[in-house]
Amino acid sequence: MITTTGLTKIYRADRSRGREVTALDGVDLHVREGEVYGVIGQSGAGKSSLIRCINLLERPTSGTVTVAGQDLTAIAGRGPRAGRELREARSRIGMVFQHFNLLSSRTVQDNVELPLEILGRSGKERSRKALELLDLVGLADKAGAYPAQLSGGQKQRVGIARALAGDPKVLLSDEATSALDPETTRSILQLLRDLNRQLGLTVLLITHEMGVVKSICDSAALMERGRVVESGTVSELLATPGSELAAALFPVGGEPTGDDRTVLDVTFQGEAATQPVISQLSRTYNIDISILGAAIDTVGGLQVAGCASNCPAATRTTWCRSASCANRVFRSTCRAPPPSGPRW
Amino acid sequence: MTWSEMQPLLEQACWDTFYMVGWSTLIAVAGGLPLGILLVLTDRGGLLQNVVANKVIGQVVNIARSMPFIILMVALMTFTRWVTGTTIGREAAIVPLAIGAIPFFARLVEMSVREVDGGLVEAVQSMGGSTWKIVRSVLVPEALPSLISGATTTVVALIGYSAMAGTVGAGGLGDIAIRYGYQRFETGLMWTTVAILAVVISLLQFGGDLAARSLHRRTGKGGPVLLFRPLSGIFPGTVATDAVKKS
Repeated sequence: MITTTGLTKIYRADRSRGREVTALDGVDLHVREGEVYGVIGQSGAGKSSLIRCINLLERPTSGTVTVAGQDLTAIAGRGPRAGRELREARSRIGMVFQHFNLLSSRTVQDNVELPLEILGRSGKERSRKALELLDLVGLADKAGAYPAQLSGGQKQRVGIARALAGDPKVLLSDEATSALDPETTRSILQLLRDLNRQLGLTVLLITHEMGVVKSICDSAALMERGRVVESGTVSELLATPGSELAAALFPVGGEPTGDDRTVLDVTFQGEAATQPVISQLSRTYNIDISILGAAIDTVGGLQVAGCASNCPAATRTTWCRSASCANRVFRSTCRAPPPSGPRW
Repeated sequence: MTWSEMQPLLEQACWDTFYMVGWSTLIAVAGGLPLGILLVLTDRGGLLQNVVANKVIGQVVNIARSMPFIILMVALMTFTRWVTGTTIGREAAIVPLAIGAIPFFARLVEMSVREVDGGLVEAVQSMGGSTWKIVRSVLVPEALPSLISGATTTVVALIGYSAMAGTVGAGGLGDIAIRYGYQRFETGLMWTTVAILAVVISLLQFGGDLAARSLHRRTGKGGPVLLFRPLSGIFPGTVATDAVKKS
């Protein structure tokens, strides 16, 4: 649904001294139709530049952006002004902002009607659609209020209703929950998830909170210094040995207790999560395992269990290989030592 | 000079002042608003970025603003004759008044419009809004309270300028204060005009502040402080309820 290839954005901060900041460095992103895709990274990693390049609020220095089969970079034209074609394409992409960006001079309903005004809809149709959307986000009673009279969560609901007014296929969310408290964040994420399911909306969201990815994303990408370091569906990422995202999504840690011992990171998901793999292994291979840490969680709708177990180093190799035979779905990572330890 | 002698003089002078200031304010707003918006749009990073145009407009505005009004009035005489067919009288004074006030108001508009949150512009851009739509739906309505304050300041400045319009025979309060009050030693008349001007300006400022404030109140942003706040000043309770409402 959204594809970027080799997306690069260089800001020329100071022309005379030729200082440049590379915000995006060849980003390839592929968001499938109907999924919730999370891009996570620290401040300055280039997430904001990325999402703003997708609807060309920022012109990429090079690379292409394709949304719903349309190459936006091709219709953008030269110069900073958006031509008619690009404006039409933008009206089919909804966007939600961290600071809501509602017009304080307009009522809630008029704010939601704004995109419809741009699309040239009639007054009657505008108000019908706006009320319908406000009902959808649970704010039907606030149509006549001004944004200043709403709480943060309510403002973001209005922001979401407004973003949906033009019946977009794609919703971009720029840190939509970062200005909200945890409880409100949960309800907004739930709303985004519901909209994604009900309307088949493709959602691309950027965030610096791992919790957001954990609770609603089907796929995720980790950005660092303008590059996508890791990407994939959440289940793929969890199954990838050494994945930073997986470690962050699902942190289970532990250090080996002696030189002859090693730590195994074991992650199960889906069906395998309910099977007594550890005790089976212990019995079958007659090794002593102590569990250093473990957690069970639901990530992106999948149940995941993980544990870091301390076992004799000598049996390490057999242990893992046998495990692979015992259960194909079961995945494990041998972290240390040595770095080139067995993995599969 | 008795009151019965002063009254018709003052009445006429008031009407002359209102007439000149009224028309020149309308023209100044009509001219200054687009000019001020253009100054913001053409600036570096603006929606219609055009550094050359921006520099040219900025320079023209600066030159017009740096000129003392009385000199502007004389310098514009040819233009005034071309527009109104005469260089004396009320109509002839409106031309330099308006032209003097356009750059003044334009700078105030520029300041107000710059204050508008860039995120709002971005939001409308992301919906596919054109530059014109952004001006109409974001820049002007969001800056409106501040624009009203700016217009009030412009009217007050124009009343000040209009005192010099007597030079071209346009009459007005300033004119009779000079001609009767100063040149004929009619101190009573002079103080009366001063008092009228003070009252008129206070009322204008009060009205402007009230309008700006009522918009602010609606939109929930902190408005300008009113010159006269009879209730909240005397009864602290009203301030408290204000604060409660806001929180």
